[in-house]
Amino acid sequence: MRKVYTRPRSLKRVPFHYCPGCGHSIVHRVMTELIDEMHLQDRIIGIPPPGCSVFAYHYFDVDMAESAHGRGAAVATGIKRAYPEVMVFTYQGDGDLAAIGTAETIHAANRGERITAIFINNAVYGMTGGQMAPTTLSEQVTTTTPYGRDVNLEGYPVKMSEMVALVRGAVYIERTAVNSPANIRKTKKAIRKALQSQIDGLGFSLVEILSPCPTNWKMTPLESWQWIDKEMTKEFPLGVIKDITGKTDAD
Amino acid sequence: MNGNSAIGEAAIRAGCQCYFGYPITPQNELTEYMATHLSRRKGCSFIQAESEIAAINMVYGASLAGSRAMTSSSSPGISLKQEGISYLAACELPAVIINMSRGGPGLGSISASQSDYFQATRGGGHGDYRTIVLAPSSGQELADLTHRAFDLADKYLVPVIVLGDAMLGQMMEPIEFKHEAPDELPVRSNALRGAKGRPSRIIKTFTSKPAELEEINWSLFRRYQLIKKEETAYEAFMVEDARLVVVAFGIAARIAKGAIKNARSNGLRVGMLRPITLWPFPSQKLKDLSKKTKDFLVFEMNMGQMIEDVQLALEGKGAVYFYGRPGGVIPTPTEVSRVISRHYYQKGLKSAK
Repeated sequence: MRKVYTRPRSLKRVPFHYCPGCGHSIVHRVMTELIDEMHLQDRIIGIPPPGCSVFAYHYFDVDMAESAHGRGAAVATGIKRAYPEVMVFTYQGDGDLAAIGTAETIHAANRGERITAIFINNAVYGMTGGQMAPTTLSEQVTTTTPYGRDVNLEGYPVKMSEMVALVRGAVYIERTAVNSPANIRKTKKAIRKALQSQIDGLGFSLVEILSPCPTNWKMTPLESWQWIDKEMTKEFPLGVIKDITGKTDAD
Repeated sequence: MNGNSAIGEAAIRAGCQCYFGYPITPQNELTEYMATHLSRRKGCSFIQAESEIAAINMVYGASLAGSRAMTSSSSPGISLKQEGISYLAACELPAVIINMSRGGPGLGSISASQSDYFQATRGGGHGDYRTIVLAPSSGQELADLTHRAFDLADKYLVPVIVLGDAMLGQMMEPIEFKHEAPDELPVRSNALRGAKGRPSRIIKTFTSKPAELEEINWSLFRRYQLIKKEETAYEAFMVEDARLVVVAFGIAARIAKGAIKNARSNGLRVGMLRPITLWPFPSQKLKDLSKKTKDFLVFEMNMGQMIEDVQLALEGKGAVYFYGRPGGVIPTPTEVSRVISRHYYQKGLKSAK
């Protein structure tokens, strides 16, 4: 019998600790499939900063190093500058990349660092228990916006990908989601292209992934998939935000 | 050559491959030196980072990849770097951090001060850790200790701080560089460069298991005990017959030395103990001195920080006096001479047997 579906080689045989319906496990799966397909397992380093996915190093069977909260892009810069032969990706949440790590992200992109940021946007701080994130939607209820996010008091959802796209050193920015098989396939295609732009030494790449957090959204997994379609994509439309790689699809 | 540039040249000759910095007075000559002399060297990297926080985290990244990496700043910038220093210590990563300190608190002033002693010697950031702290007192020592800082960092896998100050950084002195830059350095065995021909590796600090973290802390503690035993360094100056020993470090010790020479020419038996490593602190040497000398004058350019280590070391076996000038004011040797004489005569040391 032909095996048509199996665990990627670069995904460790360790059960995920993520909540049922969480998007991290899907993105981990997609990433490790790509690491296998692109033959990167022995020449890539992952940087997971604090957040639910800080434990990503238990699942990816590649060299991994934790960074301080928000500093992923700076740490990745240091690695890449010290040893340019290696591929580097960061795996950051919305609080990490779009709040505390805004400066590091924008400036790494502006220098055109040959690194790839995987940016998980679930509109809340997951690990700390569902507080408002920079990407929390207007009127969304979180533990620190119990009356709903009031944009007059708490500001607007931060469109970090669009901000990063403005800087010259960023070559490839796409926003995808993991709330349907079709979107998961598009996510994989986007990450492949981002990694390829790094291999080609073109500059900074970032893939923002709208990812469900049923636990903190207080929804069922299915409701959370629908909420991404109905609410999140209104604020964060899916698609390629910037592509100056000069390449057609890497697929 | 000014002191800041001397650090840069010494770092390059120690094999520093990566320098990441952010402008702050009074250490800009160092960043500029690295921009000129390191940035285009083969296999080397220089970045003027977007912040001190980014710079120390780039150092962390470069150190992860097995590189000899350095950053530099001055007091307010060093405060910002504490997060990264704590992570470096936790991950057992070597790095060299230069603090050409200035007056504080707050933005303070840009002139020389020693008010970062506590921050440097107590770890500085969060968590239970120490950094080796080297305190040069001349241009030559800036160069020598910068070189030593890289070796110590690699030997013990710890961040090492070189604590200078604005005056040392700006002073022009002749400097002899004792090493040539190495062509190639061996790659550290724990470097992260992709899992080629070996299992993948994780470098992390976070654990959900308190017992695991306790073990990490014990392991760090044991290393710190070894550093205390092996690496404590000091200069003892005219202490053999001294009735009064001045304890001072860095530029203050340089000033005190002039004062002590004055005092000696007036027949006062005064000596000096200058800690070269502020951590580990030369406590045993002080204890040994207290067998013969009972009076100690601590002189610092702050309002009394190292004095606590002196008191702890002496365990009450000597009288400890203090003279300090805070806020970036530079005392003169004459001024310190007067303080020495006053104590000397008031305590009746002139007539003591």
